[in-house]
Amino acid sequence: MEELGKTILKLIPVIGDQLADISVLVFVIGAAPPLIFILLYALVTLYTEMKVSAHIQDRVAYMYTGYHGILQPVADILKLIQKEDTVPDSADKTLFRLAPYLVFIGTYAGFAVIPFSSAYMGSNINLGVFYLIAASSIVVIGLLMSGWASNNKWSLLGAMRSAAQLVSYEVPTALAVLVAVMITGSLNLNEVSKFQDGGIQNWILFGGPMPITQKLLLLPFTFITFLILFLAGMAEVNRTPFDLPEAESELVQGFNTEYSGMKFAIFYLAEYANMFLVSAVATSLFLGGWSSPFGSFMSGPVWGVFWFVMKGMFFVFVQIWMRWTLPRLRVDQLMYTSWKVMTPFLFVCIFAVGLILVL
Amino acid sequence: MFDIHYSSLTAVQTYFRNIWLALYTALIGMRLTWRHLFTPAVTIQYPDVKLKLPERARNRLYVNIDDCIGCDQCSMACPVDCITIETIKGTPDQDLGTTSTGNKKRLHVPVFDIDIAKCCYCGLCVYPCPTECIVMTDVYEFSEFDRRNLNYHYSAMTPAEIAVAKEKLRKYDEEQAAKKAAAAAAAPKPPAPAATATPPPKPETPPN
Repeated sequence: MEELGKTILKLIPVIGDQLADISVLVFVIGAAPPLIFILLYALVTLYTEMKVSAHIQDRVAYMYTGYHGILQPVADILKLIQKEDTVPDSADKTLFRLAPYLVFIGTYAGFAVIPFSSAYMGSNINLGVFYLIAASSIVVIGLLMSGWASNNKWSLLGAMRSAAQLVSYEVPTALAVLVAVMITGSLNLNEVSKFQDGGIQNWILFGGPMPITQKLLLLPFTFITFLILFLAGMAEVNRTPFDLPEAESELVQGFNTEYSGMKFAIFYLAEYANMFLVSAVATSLFLGGWSSPFGSFMSGPVWGVFWFVMKGMFFVFVQIWMRWTLPRLRVDQLMYTSWKVMTPFLFVCIFAVGLILVL
Repeated sequence: MFDIHYSSLTAVQTYFRNIWLALYTALIGMRLTWRHLFTPAVTIQYPDVKLKLPERARNRLYVNIDDCIGCDQCSMACPVDCITIETIKGTPDQDLGTTSTGNKKRLHVPVFDIDIAKCCYCGLCVYPCPTECIVMTDVYEFSEFDRRNLNYHYSAMTPAEIAVAKEKLRKYDEEQAAKKAAAAAAAPKPPAPAATATPPPKPETPPN
C-alpha cells in the first residue's frame, strides 16, 4: 500500500500541472449535485420500497417513526452509522475495506454523463453512454473484490454469480443502447434527449421524431429494445428477479454477507443509486430524458429536472414493483434469458432499425 | 392457453411461446400485486389496537381463592406440576364457610402457588375443579423482567392466620390423641380377632 500511495502522490502534481487553469473547487461543485441527489433519493426510495413491498403483501410497514413512519429511513441511517464496523479476522483487510467504495464509485462515475436537465450534466463528453457502460463495469470488480476478500464461501459464490451475471447482461445493455444511438446518431445523452424534445410523440420509444411511415416501422423494434434495456438494466442492478448474487434464501446475503455498519450502508446506497442510474439511462435514451411530454408546455431547465426525476422514479417504482412480484430466476434461466433471448432479439432489432434508417 | 401440449410444437414455436408466456405471466403477476397495493392492509397495530380474544381462549390462570376447598385435584391434573397447594385441616370449632357453589370448606389453603412460567395453558386443571374456582382468563400480557415474579401466590391467608390455624390443629390433634389414649386405657382390650375361615373354594368349572 505504501508503494501505491507514493505513486499516487507522484502523479498528483502531473495532473495538477495539466489542469492548472481549472480549480479543484469547480470539479467539486460540478460533481456535488448527483451525490446530493443520490443521498436524498436513497432515503425516499428506502421508504418507498418498504411501503410498496408491505402494501403489496397487505401489510402497513413503518407506522411509528413520524407520520406513517416517514422518518424511518433517517432512523435506519442513524442505526447503521452507530453500528460496529467489523472486519473478519481471515478477510483480506485492504480489499475488504476498499470494495464497497469501489462499487459506489463505479455507480457514481456513471452519473457524470446523466443529463438531469438541459442545463446540467456532470461531464459533457461526446462518448456519453459508452463511458457510462465502461464506468459501471467497475462495479463488477468491486463486487468480486468484496466476495473474494470476505474469505467466506457465501460471499465468494455470490461474487462469482454477480460477475457472471453482470458480464452477461452488459452485452444486451450495450446492444440496446446501440439501437437508440443509431437513431439519434450521438452517444451524448444530452444530445439524445435534445433529439427527442418536443412532446411524447418524439420519444424514441414511439419511433422518434421521424416521418410517419419510418416512425411506424421503427416503433415495434424500439419498443422491444426498450423492454430489453430495462430488464437487462434490472439484471445489472442485482435486484429480484435477477438477485442471484444476493439470493438471501440460498447465499445468506451473497457478496455482502460479512459487511456491517457503514460499509454495508455504502453497498445499499450503491444498489439504490444503480437502480436510478439504470432508469435514468432508459429514460434518457427512450423516453426523452429531461424533455417535457407536452412539447413546449412545462419545459425548460428547471422543469427538465422535474421531468427527468419523475420519469426516473417511475421506473425505480416499476423495479420495486417487479421485485415484489416475481420470484428469482435460476442461474441457467438467467443465462438463457441473456444469451438466447435478449441478444438475438437485439441483433434483429439492430438490423431492422439500421435497414429502416437507411431506406 | 397454459395447457398447450408442448410435444405438438416445434422447437421454434416453443421458443417464442416461452418468451410470450414469460412476459404474459409476469404481467398477470404484476396486475395482481398492483391490486394488492391498494387493498386495505390486514395488519392490526397491536399495542394500540387489540383483537378481542375468543370467549374460550386459554391464557393466564386465575384462582378465586374464596371458593377453593383445597382438594388438590388441579395440582394432580397439571402435566407440568406448576400448581403447588398446601393445606391445613380445619378443626370442628372453626367454621370455614361454604363456597359459592355450596360446598363446605374443610381445609385452610395457606399456599396456592401457580408458576405461570411453567404453565402450558392446556386447561386440564380447570375441568376437575369441583367448585369452578380455577379458570383461564383472556389476559395474555403479563411479561416480567424477573422469572420469579411469574410465580403467582393466590392464597389470601396471612402468616399470622396460618400460625393460628396450625396451632389449633396441633392442639386438636393432641386432644384427640389424649382422648384416644384415655379411651384405650379405660376400655378392656378387645380379644384378638379369630382367624377368618377361608371361604370354600369355588368350583373351577360351573356345574352343569
